[in-house]
Amino acid sequence: MVTNVTNLGRSGLYDWIVQRFSAIILAAYSLCILANFVMNPDMDFQTWSSIFEGNAMRFFSLITLFALCAHAWIGMWTVSTDYLTSLQLGESATFFRIMFQAGCVLLIAVYLLWGIQIFWGN
Amino acid sequence: MLVSIYRYNPDTDEKPFMQDVDVQLPEDKDLMVLDVLELAKQQDPSVVYRRSCREGVCGSDGMNINGNNGLACITPMSSAVKPGGKLVLRPLPGLPVIRDLVVDMSIFYKQYEKIKPYLINDTAPPVIERLQSPEEREKLDGLYECILCACCSTNCPSFWWNPDKFIGPAGLLQAYRFLADSRDTADVERLAGLDDPFSVFRCRGIMNCVAVCPKGLNPTRAIGHIRSMLIQQGT
Repeated sequence: MVTNVTNLGRSGLYDWIVQRFSAIILAAYSLCILANFVMNPDMDFQTWSSIFEGNAMRFFSLITLFALCAHAWIGMWTVSTDYLTSLQLGESATFFRIMFQAGCVLLIAVYLLWGIQIFWGN
Repeated sequence: MLVSIYRYNPDTDEKPFMQDVDVQLPEDKDLMVLDVLELAKQQDPSVVYRRSCREGVCGSDGMNINGNNGLACITPMSSAVKPGGKLVLRPLPGLPVIRDLVVDMSIFYKQYEKIKPYLINDTAPPVIERLQSPEEREKLDGLYECILCACCSTNCPSFWWNPDKFIGPAGLLQAYRFLADSRDTADVERLAGLDDPFSVFRCRGIMNCVAVCPKGLNPTRAIGHIRSMLIQQGT
């Protein structure tokens, strides 16, 4: 058993399942947006913003936003632990990896809060 | 024919280099790569490599042959080199080189040791032996044949990146060999030892392991089975 504290669920299985479920949600949301474009060939800003006015779409968007954040963190964490290791970077690897991971967390948090504000703000 | 061999002696060489040796091959025979290496060694006896059984059983002459890992003793020249081409021999990638084509396999064996490659059964042993039905025994086919040559694990990018954390295809094939064994009763503790983000889940399904296994085994499928068992147990 390899221990670690920075991955999402502390368990490989948990992360694996979250990544797959979030991918399904992201795919469904992408199809939903695509369908809206197909059904509204003359898409303008009014039509676009009206799509997101209903509560159903707002909840779907919020769930997708959470799924995106979880998916992004699992992916970026994996990338950082594949490439930013002592084999590649020597003794400074831990510093660079933690800095990279902290940057990712900050960016994801900003996108999450910003997204909530866009979908649920006035 | 030109044979290009990776040379490195840490006592005398500052860095590794490729050495070309011109070897005369008989025209009417399709030699194995190991035979050609033996001919090259006759010209330069300082070339170092491992070999033993010369029939694909011991797994000691695993090396990188023209870009693909394989056992030199059972790789025919006709499949390794295109007509008119050059034979290029390098050590197994991703492991520290001890000298020339000999690598330090300690970390590979350490990962193998982690999966507890032996039967665990706490029940009282029967008088003669623990029996299996033919169906139960059949489940071990495609698993027990592994000879630990390390061709698969050293061709796996995930193992290159995290050789200390990712068990690697060879170790995981053996992990499933014991999980699938009806005589083993330690499934729960074996699976608990694998449920972290590295040991099993670093497998990205690249399938290099399947492509290079000299015994034709399928570690990716075994890893999939382990994943299924983890899902069954954990959900």
